[in-house]
Amino acid sequence: MSLGWEVLELDAAAEVARIAAMLREGIAVTLHKRGAVVAISGGVDSAVCAALAVQALGPDRVLALMLPERESSPASAARARSLAVHLGIEPLEEDITATLEAIGCYRRRDEAVRQILPGYGAGWRMKLVVAGASDGRITHFNLVAETPEGVRHEARLPARQYLEIVAATSFKQRIRKSIEYFHADRLNYAVLGTPNRLEYDQGFFVKNGDGTADLKPIAHLYKSQVYALARHLRLPDEIASAAPTTDTYSLAQGQDEFYFALPYREMDLALWSSNHGVPAEDLARALQVSSEAARRIYADIAAKRRATRHLHRRPILVDPIPEIEDLDA
Amino acid sequence: MDLRAEVRHFIAENFLLTSGPIDLADAESLTSRGILDSTGALELVAHLEARYGIAVTDEELHPDNLDSVERIAAFIERKRA
Repeated sequence: MSLGWEVLELDAAAEVARIAAMLREGIAVTLHKRGAVVAISGGVDSAVCAALAVQALGPDRVLALMLPERESSPASAARARSLAVHLGIEPLEEDITATLEAIGCYRRRDEAVRQILPGYGAGWRMKLVVAGASDGRITHFNLVAETPEGVRHEARLPARQYLEIVAATSFKQRIRKSIEYFHADRLNYAVLGTPNRLEYDQGFFVKNGDGTADLKPIAHLYKSQVYALARHLRLPDEIASAAPTTDTYSLAQGQDEFYFALPYREMDLALWSSNHGVPAEDLARALQVSSEAARRIYADIAAKRRATRHLHRRPILVDPIPEIEDLDA
Repeated sequence: MDLRAEVRHFIAENFLLTSGPIDLADAESLTSRGILDSTGALELVAHLEARYGIAVTDEELHPDNLDSVERIAAFIERKRA
């Protein structure tokens, strides 16, 4: 079998119409809500979701929220504002820094960082970088921190400090989601979640944070398909061509640095191939890597899916409650 | 307690939350059985370093060393040799 990039092509106009119909039906008929709240980060996923909501519901029924904090990139905020102008909507901006300070997000994270780098303090910046998955080792994370003078330190994170840093940082996504639901509740709107297929499938989200939503209109789309919709929807160039970042840590961090084994385009093809039973040798030819490397990519996809399955699970009950389970039928 | 028994005991207590006997062959893959994920592997490494006084390098974070009871026991023995 010959594997090519064309497997990721889609009819963007038809897909936009299909998603817009789902949004109208889902919000009005299934959820009985009057509009949609979407948090816009300046990235392509939330931009496409906001544009789809405007297409489906009209600008008056879409509330776009900008929820920056002190470590957010100013460039992301500028892109979010330009998106709002483009869509003809007035974004509501709420800086969540004070809330994160009050709840101890930065303090708890920095205390965990100092257990590894005792000199870490004011003016330093940091991020986590994934290691191991692409060369057959066990996936783990390195702490990368930079002094105010630009000197970099890198150290492997033990389990306890890794978990503490991620738990503290996840306050960002969870506080944002609380604010999204405040506005959704007061307006009787639904909340849109903005994961693409890579994020949804591979568990790249925070439970009860960005993983929570009433509808996830692009969860079935590979990242390159989301970019295709962005171009079709004529979103501003700086969004339709923006590289995916996490915008979560104080040092700039690409998503492929933090979580995925490959840049998104290659990751799309690998996930598609894995989902369609394509032999590793064919993926290797398409990505121009060794068969062994392609097998490791497949193994990493399966491992991440296994490790994050609990994020998708409903709470475990002692007995099923069929009257409630049937709601999904 | 021999080394394999100690490792089995740690896996039972910390990953399966039981002090009773576990259905796990020494050669079985812990990841294939769904017992060990990447976070669990780091917890295992922290335990090995504290319990046996060894330092696990980045290069040694490999399934060949950590993905079964017998591999873990052999790894500890090599590191202590």
